[in-house]
Amino acid sequence: MQLRLEKRSQPSQLLRVVTPIAAVLLTMVLGAIVFTLLGYDGVGAVREIFISPLVNSYKWQDLAVKAAPLIIIAVGLAISYRANVWNIGAEGQYIIGAVVGTGVGLATNSMTGWWIMPLMMLAGAAGGAAYAAVPAFLRVRFRVNEILTTLMLTYVSVYVLNYLVFGPWKSPTSMGQPQTVMFSADQSLPYIIPGTIVQLNAPIAIVVALVAWLVFSRFVFGFQIRVVGAAPHAARYGGFSADRTVWLALLISGGLAGFAGVLEAMGPFGRLVPQFPTNYGFTAIIVAFLGRLHPIGVILAGLIVALSFVGGEMAQISIKLPFAAVGIFQAMMLFLLLASDLLVRYRLRVVRPGEVPA
Amino acid sequence: MPARLALRGITKRFPGVLANDNVSFEVKPGEIHALLGENGAGKSTLVKMIYGIMQPDAGEIFWNGERVTVANPKAARKLGVGMVFQHFSLFEAMTVLENIALGMDSKIPARELESKIRDVMDQYGLKLDPQRIVADLSVGERQRIEIVRALLLNPSLLIMDEPTSVLTPQEVDQLFVVLRQLAKEGCSILYISHKLHEIKALCETATILRGGRLVDTCDPRVETSRSMAEKMIGGNLKTIQKPAGRAFGAEKLVVKRLSMAGSGHFGIPLRDISLSVRAGEIFGIAGVAGNGQNALLLALSGEEPVSDAAAITIDGQPVGDLNAKRRRLKGLASVPEERNGHAAVPDFTLSDNAVLTARDRLGLAVRGLIRPGAAKKYAGDVISTFAVKATGSEAAAGSLSGGNLQKYIMGREILQKPTVLVVSQPTWGVDAGAAAAIHQAIVDLAATGSAVVVISQDLDELLGLCDTLAVINEGRLSKSMKVSEADIDEIGLLMGGIHGETEAAHAA
Repeated sequence: MQLRLEKRSQPSQLLRVVTPIAAVLLTMVLGAIVFTLLGYDGVGAVREIFISPLVNSYKWQDLAVKAAPLIIIAVGLAISYRANVWNIGAEGQYIIGAVVGTGVGLATNSMTGWWIMPLMMLAGAAGGAAYAAVPAFLRVRFRVNEILTTLMLTYVSVYVLNYLVFGPWKSPTSMGQPQTVMFSADQSLPYIIPGTIVQLNAPIAIVVALVAWLVFSRFVFGFQIRVVGAAPHAARYGGFSADRTVWLALLISGGLAGFAGVLEAMGPFGRLVPQFPTNYGFTAIIVAFLGRLHPIGVILAGLIVALSFVGGEMAQISIKLPFAAVGIFQAMMLFLLLASDLLVRYRLRVVRPGEVPA
Repeated sequence: MPARLALRGITKRFPGVLANDNVSFEVKPGEIHALLGENGAGKSTLVKMIYGIMQPDAGEIFWNGERVTVANPKAARKLGVGMVFQHFSLFEAMTVLENIALGMDSKIPARELESKIRDVMDQYGLKLDPQRIVADLSVGERQRIEIVRALLLNPSLLIMDEPTSVLTPQEVDQLFVVLRQLAKEGCSILYISHKLHEIKALCETATILRGGRLVDTCDPRVETSRSMAEKMIGGNLKTIQKPAGRAFGAEKLVVKRLSMAGSGHFGIPLRDISLSVRAGEIFGIAGVAGNGQNALLLALSGEEPVSDAAAITIDGQPVGDLNAKRRRLKGLASVPEERNGHAAVPDFTLSDNAVLTARDRLGLAVRGLIRPGAAKKYAGDVISTFAVKATGSEAAAGSLSGGNLQKYIMGREILQKPTVLVVSQPTWGVDAGAAAAIHQAIVDLAATGSAVVVISQDLDELLGLCDTLAVINEGRLSKSMKVSEADIDEIGLLMGGIHGETEAAHAA
């Protein structure tokens, strides 16, 4: 007996939805086995990471806090990836967004007014977009691969952050700690549910995803992104410029990453510190793919990946699982998803001996 | 004397389709045997099994009366089966000799091989210098390499897959001389084609396939082209209905000294192309593949705008520097040769594919917002008007057969009532029924006063369809001539690159 892969005449729509779910379930099964073999309580680890945060209602707010930036960044990445523009430097755009937004925050720290918060958000988005404009320019003008440039600029951004926080932006009252001054009340995201830590960025993330969905399905711009990604020649034939699409994809994904960055600074962090980069920009790549590059899928995927973060922290305390285990779970999820994607386009067929292979 | 090759009940199944269903026929020694059928009739699958590329699911192959299993192409060559493919497998940067040496099953010293090659060439009058680089050769010369490669093995059956689709009429004649000589020496030839007049001129027997089944084996010399075509498509062939006494109106599309650099490494640049198409006129552009047809389509459609706006005018307005979207708004629609991924996005629905080119002219998108209802309705109109076989406007374009998708694409452009329509290879890889429908649609569009440009490698198609004809060769366009007064020999010479006075003018 022999297994063969056979190309489907059309990609299976059912499996397109089923495979991400299967990937998550398979991650749990394999994770349990792997960590049991490593000498941990594997089943307990999976329970702590994927189940416990769900059954403890007070953990749901943690979920919202972690999911919000992931969703905002991943929606931007989904737009970019759909256009076959591979921005993998969202982490850098996220950091620069926070830096530029904080710059506005420092300048307005002693002022009051409703306008300060939107201005900081705008500055953050603009900062992220401007940072992504560098790879866009290099790609369109000199055909430089954006995968390399976006990734490399991420490391630059970390140094920019550190320079400012250790140097010119260090708070005079920080007693030598590398950190900026705290944002004022007019510069901090309000809590939307009293008595919780859920801030304005959570509903904003949902709105961003819904708007992106609308743009994808109903606007010529979303259509352009989809055509350029699916068939570049057809896009040119339809009158869409490939270079313009590269620009737009990078500006939007960079802008959203920068927006997520400034929201994170104005929200959970409350100021800039060297510990600000938490790899949300990289994790969002997993979220974008797990969500099938679809804005609504990204919301669900963002919640699942946030779950693994929250659960990972719990498992660290309760069963002494190293936090790196979370990274292993997330990586497994992405690998299993990409592997199971094969089944969307191919079907598995059993060939019995004696039967002539096709 | 047993048949050279006999097939008994050959059946081959692919997922979702029966490519060959119980096919049996024989090829006698020294016979030129045609294998005739539309695209998708199962001809290629059948010869792939004879040449050992695929194995049949059921049935038997007999070689000189003995049952054989052809495990792979090497085994086929060992039996004495040679094959010349439609698409050549040659390395452009290498010489003829090196290419042939690479394709040999056994290693032969270069000197010995070269003398063998020269012998074969002398014997069959194939002119070719073994030391030339393939990149510099014409398509006809490249085909000769493949033929020589096959002949070096002294085959007793030579399979030719659509050999003339890339040749000029003169090259076709030369090829036929070689094939007839081979047959006289006892080599059987299995000749795959859908060009009926060639089969009538060359072959003694024709096996006709339709939908994977053998429908008839006949003598093409006593059949008419029409009777064979009807067996091939299994119905009555529609002839193009052209209204009598057609008069042309004002100039709609004028191209003046259009030049464009070639894109890519082997791209052909366009040089000083001039043409004029009037309202109601169908203007054909003939030529052997790879002589700048793609570049010309891109330049006319606006996918590759040129800096000189006045090089292309529509109704007198300069459009040369406009992109495809802007040119569509000026009334120019186009259909490129490649359906999947160029004229249509296979993963998108038919209504999304309508949005691709009709969004501005027909208001399928207003102020950046797509109107799905309007797109669906337009896709539905195209489907019903052009009898496209599809499950509806929400079917994925990639799920349609080649002919149906082509009808949909042509319909999508024609129903936009363009002032000028430019199409490339409108019936390439399309079955005869769909081809007739597409031709009729082009004629009908011209009758409403549109100017139509048809770029095609199929000279028969152009002669039947067009009013005016010009030939493209190495990026240059010949002077235009009326089809009714055209001389087929002259067209053939132009296709082969003899420019006559045009060439002299350029040299001056």
